[in-house]
Amino acid sequence: MMTSDSPLLRIEDLVLHFRTSKGSVRAVDGVNFGLDFNEAVVVLGESGCGKTSLARAILRLLPRNVEDFSGRVFLNGKNVMAYKDEEFRQKVRWQQMSFVPQAAMNSLNPVLKVGDQVAEPLIFTRGVSKQEAMQQARHMFQLVGVPEGFLQRYAFELSGGMRQRAAIAMALVTTPELVILDEPTSALDVLTQANIFNVLKHIKENMETSYILITHDIATSSELAQKVAVMYAGQMVEISDAPSFFHMPLHPYSQKLLNSVPRLHGDKEPDFIVGQPPSLLSPPTGCRFKARCPFRFEKCEQEPPMFMKDGRLVKCWLHA
Amino acid sequence: MRSTLKNLDELLHYPSAVIGLVVVLLLVAVSIYTVIAIPYQTAINLWRGGEETWYRNPKNAAPAWTNFFRTKKLPVTLDFNTATQPGLKTVKPSTLGESFSINIPFDFNYDAFPNELTVFFTSQYASKLPFVALAWKTPDGRTIRLQNFSITNSQNYRITQDAALQVRLNGVPVTQGLFAVPGSNPPQVLKGRYVLQILGVTFDKGDNIDAEFVSYGDLYGLAGTDYLRRDLMVALLWGTPVALAFGLLAAVGTTFTQMFIAAVSTWFGGIVDTLIQRITEVNLVLPFLPILIMIGTFYSRSIWVILTSVIVLSIFGAGIKTFRAVFMQTKEAPYIEAARAYGAGNMRVIVRYLIPRIIPLLIPQFVVLIPSFVFLEASLAVLGLGDPTLPTWGKIIDDAYTNGALFQGWYYWVLEPSALLMITGLAFSMLGFAFDRIFNPRLRGQ
Amino acid sequence: MSDTRINHTGIIDLAQLTDSGPTQDQVLLSIQDLQVWFELRRFGFGRAGFVHAVDGVSFDLHEGEAIAVVGESGCGKSTLMKTILGLYRPTRGKVVFEGRDISEMGRQDLRGYRSKVGYIQQDPYGAMAPFMTIEQVLEEPLLINTNLSRSQRMQRIEEVLTEVKLTPVGEILPKFPHLLSGGQQQRVIIARAMMLNPKLIVADEPVSMLDASVRVEILRLLRGLQESHHLAVIYVTHDLSTVRYFSRRIFVMYAGNIVEKALTQDLLASPGHPYTEALLAGTSDPDANNAKTYKAIPPGEPPSLITPPSGCRFHSRCPYAIKGLCEVEVPPEFKLQSEHLAACWLHRKAEV
Repeated sequence: MMTSDSPLLRIEDLVLHFRTSKGSVRAVDGVNFGLDFNEAVVVLGESGCGKTSLARAILRLLPRNVEDFSGRVFLNGKNVMAYKDEEFRQKVRWQQMSFVPQAAMNSLNPVLKVGDQVAEPLIFTRGVSKQEAMQQARHMFQLVGVPEGFLQRYAFELSGGMRQRAAIAMALVTTPELVILDEPTSALDVLTQANIFNVLKHIKENMETSYILITHDIATSSELAQKVAVMYAGQMVEISDAPSFFHMPLHPYSQKLLNSVPRLHGDKEPDFIVGQPPSLLSPPTGCRFKARCPFRFEKCEQEPPMFMKDGRLVKCWLHA
Repeated sequence: MRSTLKNLDELLHYPSAVIGLVVVLLLVAVSIYTVIAIPYQTAINLWRGGEETWYRNPKNAAPAWTNFFRTKKLPVTLDFNTATQPGLKTVKPSTLGESFSINIPFDFNYDAFPNELTVFFTSQYASKLPFVALAWKTPDGRTIRLQNFSITNSQNYRITQDAALQVRLNGVPVTQGLFAVPGSNPPQVLKGRYVLQILGVTFDKGDNIDAEFVSYGDLYGLAGTDYLRRDLMVALLWGTPVALAFGLLAAVGTTFTQMFIAAVSTWFGGIVDTLIQRITEVNLVLPFLPILIMIGTFYSRSIWVILTSVIVLSIFGAGIKTFRAVFMQTKEAPYIEAARAYGAGNMRVIVRYLIPRIIPLLIPQFVVLIPSFVFLEASLAVLGLGDPTLPTWGKIIDDAYTNGALFQGWYYWVLEPSALLMITGLAFSMLGFAFDRIFNPRLRGQ
Repeated sequence: MSDTRINHTGIIDLAQLTDSGPTQDQVLLSIQDLQVWFELRRFGFGRAGFVHAVDGVSFDLHEGEAIAVVGESGCGKSTLMKTILGLYRPTRGKVVFEGRDISEMGRQDLRGYRSKVGYIQQDPYGAMAPFMTIEQVLEEPLLINTNLSRSQRMQRIEEVLTEVKLTPVGEILPKFPHLLSGGQQQRVIIARAMMLNPKLIVADEPVSMLDASVRVEILRLLRGLQESHHLAVIYVTHDLSTVRYFSRRIFVMYAGNIVEKALTQDLLASPGHPYTEALLAGTSDPDANNAKTYKAIPPGEPPSLITPPSGCRFHSRCPYAIKGLCEVEVPPEFKLQSEHLAACWLHRKAEV
């Protein structure tokens, strides 16, 4: 169930296009969704759907070849898209919102001690003294379940799972209200993955953080999701509360996605989706999923708007 | 490899590469032309022929086209030969043999005096020496008697060194006496038509006299001459194929061998790797140039010996370390593992899977390496270790240095080969850097 | 049925390539007490110890059987596979294929052996040389191991590409790997593995780098090939949720040992080893209720393989560890049901 009384984050018409040698890549093409306080939203999608670009768009971590970057991002009621870059850096990034990028465990600086790295954001953004920052880092390590002794170690001395947890600690050290995680466990083992999700749940309970979890792993996303947003070809095609989504998804793509997940329990054999997602260079007109949709009909030549159905949002003519 | 060739047309996007490529092609064209137009033997004759080949050229003359930049026009060398220009000679029968009348008219409109004036006589006679009398006619109508003497088969009369003539000219230097406006102080050249008149007489029928008159100017040809009167153009032209061949052979020999050795070293690992790496490290410490100097001084300066020594010393060089670093990475690639899984033998893996991976890295390095070998050859020549038989750019610089060219004001002698060396280096470097940007897209700055 | 023994030249002829008749379910591959240790290098000449990557593994694989080897990173499953493929030499123990010990094979025989085992890797793009066209990639195994003429090779390539449903063949062959999608790349790798008509396929995490929607497609393809060619397949993965669609038996590996062997349905229904239980608990199905509960998983990390712990290697993390027994003695394999073995002292009442 979506509440709109205290939205922490509200995104309206977010657009991010890149300029490449082959043309314009429309990675994020008009995305709208919202997030409440202490809520976890999962952005589901396959490779090439634009979900990583969405994270970068929200955090304004843009590469040089940006062609179009527009829309409104309301954080605690204020439109942070209107902030200048410097203001955004000081007030928003790593203060109110932080980020755990894909393969974060590989992006730890190999020549700095892990503890120093985790403490760094605090020192830079809030001018806190080194001692206080290390104290907070220690607290964070406790929270994510890495023994304190590892603060003095270097990145290569930690296992993959520990490094990922250190990266999460680094994202949390400034106690932001929102953490965006991009594929936090894709390279990790089953038990380590389960561990990380336990950590994320624990943090959510204790620090009341909100999450945007970006992943293609539908099964593990259910560990954290309170709300599910499905992304396809740069657009959101379904936004729904988790129980409804996992029980009965509305959009044909979501249905096919859910059907393709192999399950440990249950009898059904998983299915697959024919074809490939469209290229973001030249997305098709009309509904972008029509080429692969089993329920396609004439209306699909026009791009459907988001329809509201039982408090859920679907971008499909079937639910007009 | 197909993808490699596809990249070549990307080369045209870089202006520096296009310039480099054009210059390189020009150099190659010059080399080919030179080897055909002036075959090796001819070149050697021209370069080491000796006095007979060079005598017609002035000593240390600047290129003729420099006159374009001078206000005071320097004289060019003039050469007249009755053997090739029979019209200059008229023969009339005389009492015993024949009487020869040779008139050589020429225009002299330069602002400075010629260096030397020499008449080269060749004659054939049965028993008695022919006799000649020379006279000089100036544009303003004066006739100056030069000298009378008998000539043998081959006799050179150096007018400018005729002391007796100088005395008769009132002690003034001969060229001044013959060419100056009378009474001018400082001496000014009298411009106009001069005639050298040679009257000769033979004493037997069938005897012959031929004369070649050379007025040595300060300028000669396209490139000038050196201290031995050799036309520098020969050396400059011939230096091109020598330089390119040396650079290319050394670069090819070194790079490809290094690549193969590095591949073998990395792939087999263990003791093979250790051995090769230690040899490389020792070789890197050895002083390259001093060893070459030793070889050149004590053994041989032949260009083939030097080339081979360079390659042998370079094979276990720094390239091995660079290539090895890349191979170490590539070795771990999944496709190498897969190849071993479906039965690929060691040689196949090295040649078919490892080496193609490194060719994009190799080509830019190789192209940039060529000029460094060209410079090496030139450096060795300057140090006096160049091949003594071959005309190369380095040799020219060496001669120039030995003869104090810069102090004497013979700048062209040093500048010409240096310019060529620079152009070669620049062209290959530009080409090489463009290749680098193509094959290593990360440097493209996209 | 042609002679399936490896011929002495190691070169395959056309007859062997096209033989696809079913054979009896004999034991194809027998791993006997296999140990694969790697020496740790150290500066200078000192010995720094060994990594006991595979430390005592035994099992039999029958012709045409599909098994799964499940375990987390560092458990030794990849090393085990590479030893089976002949890429590593066993330190101790035997790998017996069709009755012959591969460590006793000379170079020729080893070549012949390698052509009977196909390898599918995790990274489909990395498994192909980026500078080779698909045609060249697929031709390589044939060039190395057979004397076929060019037209025969092309025919075989077309045959196999059609089987993996990469058509039209003419369009695929001249392309470079980076132009294909992940799913297509993996099909090429499967085709390459099938090229020499192998009897065994080793698939090391074949779908973990592919998109979710394509995974099932590729697994189905593999299963189809396995059935139609009566192939033995070892499917290595850390994702338990896919194994039930693929394999008849599952082996669970931990720290260099196989801790449990069972039929798939038995393992998933009633796991015998606490580690298996933990793995099952840690695997999620898409269910919104997951967000409300914490998963009960054992703390800690897998042990170091340089100095493996004494006794049962899982004892430090095991919630059921029996003090005085588990950390002292290595448990043998206890038989829980027919074809269900678990190396755990909890079942010490069962037979060995």
